[in-house]
Order: sequence, then C-alpha cells, then structure tokens
Amino acid sequence: MREAVDLAIAQHKDQPGPLLQVLHAVQAQLGYVPPAAVPVIADALNLSRAEVHGVVTFYHFFRQSPPGRHIVQICQAEACRAMHCETLTEHARKRLSIDFHQTTADGAFTLEPVYCLGNCACSPAMMVDGDLYGRVTPEDFDAMVAAKSAKQ
Amino acid sequence: MTTTVYIPRDATALSLGADAVAQAIAAEARQRNLDIKIVRNGSRGMFWLEPLVEVSTASGRQAYGPVKAADVPGLFAAGFLDGAAHPLHLGATEEIPYLKSQERLTFVRVGVIDPVSLDDYLAHGGYAGLRRALTLEPAQIVQEVTDSGLRGRGGAAFPTGIKWKTVLDQPPQQKYVTCNADEGDSGTFADRMLMEGDPFMLIEGMTIAGIAVGATRGYIYLRAEYPHAHRALNEAIAAAYQAGYLGPDVLGSGKRFDLEVRLGAGAYICGEETSMLESLEGRRGEVRVRPPLPAIKGLFGQPTIVNNVISLASVPVILEKGAQFYRDYGMGKSRGTIPLQLAGNIKRGGVVERAFGLTLRELLYDYGGGSASGRPLRAVQVGGPLGAYIPESQFDTPLDYEALAGIGALLGHGGVVAFDDTVDMARMARYAMEFCAIESCGKCTPCRIGSTRGVELMDRVIANIDRERNLQLVEELCETMLHGSLCGLGGMTPYPVQSALKHFPEDFRKTVQ
Ligand SMILES: Cc1cc2nc3c(=O)[nH]c(=O)nc-3n(C[C@H](O)[C@H](O)[C@H](O)COP(=O)(O)O)c2cc1C
Ligand code: SF4
Ligand code: FES
Repeated sequence: MREAVDLAIAQHKDQPGPLLQVLHAVQAQLGYVPPAAVPVIADALNLSRAEVHGVVTFYHFFRQSPPGRHIVQICQAEACRAMHCETLTEHARKRLSIDFHQTTADGAFTLEPVYCLGNCACSPAMMVDGDLYGRVTPEDFDAMVAAKSAKQ
Repeated sequence: MTTTVYIPRDATALSLGADAVAQAIAAEARQRNLDIKIVRNGSRGMFWLEPLVEVSTASGRQAYGPVKAADVPGLFAAGFLDGAAHPLHLGATEEIPYLKSQERLTFVRVGVIDPVSLDDYLAHGGYAGLRRALTLEPAQIVQEVTDSGLRGRGGAAFPTGIKWKTVLDQPPQQKYVTCNADEGDSGTFADRMLMEGDPFMLIEGMTIAGIAVGATRGYIYLRAEYPHAHRALNEAIAAAYQAGYLGPDVLGSGKRFDLEVRLGAGAYICGEETSMLESLEGRRGEVRVRPPLPAIKGLFGQPTIVNNVISLASVPVILEKGAQFYRDYGMGKSRGTIPLQLAGNIKRGGVVERAFGLTLRELLYDYGGGSASGRPLRAVQVGGPLGAYIPESQFDTPLDYEALAGIGALLGHGGVVAFDDTVDMARMARYAMEFCAIESCGKCTPCRIGSTRGVELMDRVIANIDRERNLQLVEELCETMLHGSLCGLGGMTPYPVQSALKHFPEDFRKTVQ
C-alpha cells in the first residue's frame, strides 16, 4: 500500500493542485483509497487530513474500501430510465444478491450506480471494469456475469 | 491493392461489439490473403447502425451495418471489400438521408478520419483555423469569434467572444484556457463523440483560444466516465506536441501553449464552471460565489476561459472560414449549428448537427423515427436533468435558445431524451429531486435539504398519502429552490418537476395498486 501511495505522490506532487491526480493514481493501483493513505497524502501535499478526507468523500468515484474483482456500474439517469433501467437494476441486484455499493460474498462483483455513461442512444447502459455495454438486457447481464466468472 | 476498412473506436460502437467485428475482419482477411488496412474511426453518429463498417471503394465509402462478428464471413463472401450487395449494405455512407441532410461544421470530420492521426487531420483541412489565427492580432481573433455569434454550447449560451474579451482585457499575467468536458447531462454525448472522433479539433480550438487571450496553458477537465475519450485525447495531444502544434513554440510563432487532460471523479456538480475550477485545483467541487467571474479570477485566481468542448471545437471553422460563414447558419439570436443528440426511447438515436431552428417534431420523427418501443412518444426532456419535460402538444417548437425559453424550457447542451407512453412522470419528478440530492455540493440549504425533502414529498404523493397537500408542498418547495439556490443544480431542478406537474397532472393522481 505504502509503495503505491508514495509513487502516486512522487508522480504528481509537483503539479499545481495535485490532490485529485494523486487520489486517482492511488485508486488506479489499489482499487480504492485506503483510510491509512489519507495522512500520508496530507503530509506530502501540505494539506490537513480533514481536507484530504473531505475530497475523498466529496467525489462519488473514490472508494474507501476495497471493491470486488469486477466493478459493475449500471446507469440510472433519464435516458436509461426511458428504456427501463430500473428493471435491469432489479435483475442485477437479484442475480448478484447485493445492493448498490456492496460486493458479493465471494469478492467477485461490486455493484454501483452511475449517472450517465454517454451511451444514451443505446440505453440501458452499463460499464464493467471500464468496458461499456449498450442496450443491456437481463440475459446480457447474466452472460457478462458468466463470462467474468469463467475468466478468473 | 490495399483496401481501407473503417470500424469505429467510438465508445457506443464498442459497447455494441465493434472490437469483436474488427478482430473478425482482420482474421478473415488474413485467412483469405486479402490486403486490408483497418482504420478505427469515430462514429458517424447513427447509433442504430453501429457497429457501422465502411469500405473505401472506387465509388466512395460504402456502409454496412449493423455488423455483428458473425456477419463477417458472409460480408467477405459477398465481396463487401468492393462495395458489393449484401443485406447489411446501406449504400454510400454520405447518401444515407440521416447524414446527408445534416449541416456538419463541428462534426465534419467525426467518423471520417482516423481520430488520432495528425496527418489525416491535416489532409482534411485541420489546423487551417490556427494558421489564420496566427496571422491576426489577438483582438482580431476575439472579434471574429464575437462576430460569429457563437454562444456557449455547455448550457448557459453566453456569447463566447464576450467571455474571451474579458480575459484578453486583463493585464498580461498567467492566464488559462479550460475546457469543460464534464458532460454530465443525461442524453448528451456530443462532447464524447467529438473527443473520441476528432480530438485535434478541440486541441486546435483551445490553442486558438490561448493565442487570442494570451493564455499559455490549457486544461481539459474530463469526466472519469469517459475512459475512451481520455485515451483518444492523450494520443492526439502527444502527436500535437511531437509535431510542434503544442509546446513552447506553436508552429514557429514563438507563442507557447501547453495542454493536458485532468480527470474528474464522478460529481455532476463539477460541470458547473466554478465547481470545475475548484476540482481542477484539487479540492471539493463546491460552487464559488460570483463575482469575481472566472474570466477575471478563475483557475488558481488567474484570468481563465471556461468553455464547453463543442464551443471550443466550433472555433477552428470560424477562424478558417470567417465569422460571416458561421453566422449565416441559424435563426434569430441562435447562430451557427448545434449538434443535437437523440437519446432514450428512440428508434434512430444519434447526433444530428443542424443549423438552429429544426423543430422538435422533425428531430423526433424525421430523424428519430419515433420511439424504439413502437409506442407513442409522450414526453421529451430537452437539455439534461435540469431541463423541462415537454409534451407532444409542444413538439412544433423550434430548437433555438429563445423559442425554448418561450415555453419555459431550455436547450442546454442539446440533449433530447424521448419517453414513450409507459413513462410515469411522477416517478421522473421524484428522480429529478433524488438526483439533486445525490449531486448537491452542499453549499446552500434549499438545494441540500430541499431536494431530500422533495424526494420524501414525492414518495407520499406517489403513495397517495395526503396527496393534494403534499403536491402543494412540492410546488412551494420548487419556488424556494428556484429563488434560494446559488447555482443551477438547486435552482433548475424545479424545471423538470414543475413541467411534469403542469403537463402531466394525471400521473400525480394515479390510484395506488
Ligand atoms: C449544475 C451544472 C452542471 C453543468 N454541467 C456542465 C457540463 O457538464 N459541461 C459544460 O460544458 N457546462 C456545464 N455547465 C455550464 C457551465 O457552468 C458553464 O456555463 C459552461 O461550461 C461555459 O462554457 P460555454 O460558455 O462554452 O457553454 C453546468 C452548469 C450547471 C449549473
Ligand atoms: S444549488 Fe446545490 S449544487 Fe448549487 S451551490 Fe447550492 S448546494 Fe451547491
Ligand atoms: S443516461 Fe444512461 S448512458 Fe446516458
């Protein structure tokens, strides 16, 4: 952990307004921003812990606990609602037996809401580990889960 | 002879399997010993046809779509590399009516070129705007933009030239050009398509802006939800540096312009310009009180241009062809073209760049082909989550800033989200409040507390608990938010709610099952 944080700090410290960049780099490495990283980052950037913590909690993107091996984000915004993303979301919850912001017991999947992926002409949309999916049906969802589960 | 095959790298095309199609085409060509060159272009913006594969033939580019990987052997067998007939053949791409009838100024190269090839950009007229700008005085560049009538495409529609003039008029010091690429509005993807499909145009626009106002550094604030755009921008920026279009001596002019991408972190409010500046400085995206204007005290307290992607990407053509060319498009005080985005429950979703003035009905039916479900369209939301819901009876409204304002709506960033008759507008009103509650920056009470209260009130309305009284309270809450919020999130969330109440009152009075 410490190594990833130190590297992130070293990479971005000298740029103006580097905190978000540092947090992005940490999360890219570790999958989340560990609470123990906050004082280290605060020290290095001459900020208070409260400031760093305040930034981590302000942005939906930053996680404070480790996610599952796969991150599934289902769009909840208007265009996807027009194509009944609520039904897809309900299906995903049941299929994975978790709610938003939770991780399956086997650590495979974390489910998150997202508000527009820019795929609004092919709704409902979802993103899995940075890959975009369009016109997602419950069957597509199950196929994605099966494919990801087979891979590991 | 090598045949060029175009398969988009656009995120939507990828979401529909474009990578698998590209792999299948490469494999099939290898097996058949055919010499092809695959170009990963942007999307033409006809998403019901994606993945749209194009082949360069003697009779121009021929389109096939929507192509699945399984279709590929059949396409080769039919001779698609020569533009031969096939059930998926759509004819010459440029002749497809959806595309042919458009007036593409900003999207002129999107889907046409290899987005990250500087040579391709130059071969298609790229950087002519910057070259001309470098022959002008800064004030002349700003004047040209002012005369073009360009208004900000991010939502507020403020005249771009006037904003630039304010920055130019500040005494020489460190100034910045920032591009708002947060594109958080549901139903919008024009920024994304432009950044993925023609990133050099944005880079050129920002460079011209920098030279116009004396800013040596630019930032693109890109939402984290757009990893594909991130990659395309970074590739294009690296190529522009390599060839001297960015850096200490732009095209040998002796002028510096540096540019980098900074990622947001999933906060809708960071699309509001002062919140975006806070975020760029590495802080919580809390909205700043104005004045001072960002043009006077913006990023790190310095004079700063904040413009939307499409605003900045409109600048090269204005400089290349002149202000008059641009302002000849459009109607009234809405000059030029706007890339409209058709989304939601629509048969032919995509991007339609036209001069201002097309009616909503023309867009929804002539282009969109009606709903995707085949059921009647009942409502559309124009301008993102803070835009009003518009009923069928108002579909003849022209899409220009003033005409929409006239019916209590807004054009915003040009997104149009269609709903069929299965929509429950009371639930959409509840969602508007919920979204505001989730995304509020927390600075003012009407927005922070009011939106949560709005969700509770709507829950009671939907459950038919003391319904008329709670509807009355929703109306009062909307008035409080409208007048007591610091920025548009709290201040405009009432638009979708009040318009839903006004045009679809029956949805708020349904019997509870
Ligand atoms: C809540 C809120 C969200 C906004 N989101 C965006 C956005 O995602 N992209 C954008 O360009 N402008 C957005 N704006 C408008 C910006 O504040 C600003 O007007 C715009 O970036 C200026 O650029 P322009 O003049 O080129 O449109 C938003 C405004 C508000 C109030
Ligand atoms: S209206 Fe909402 S988002 Fe805007 S400044 Fe106030 S609390 Fe923040
Ligand atoms: S609203 Fe879901 S992708 Fe845009």
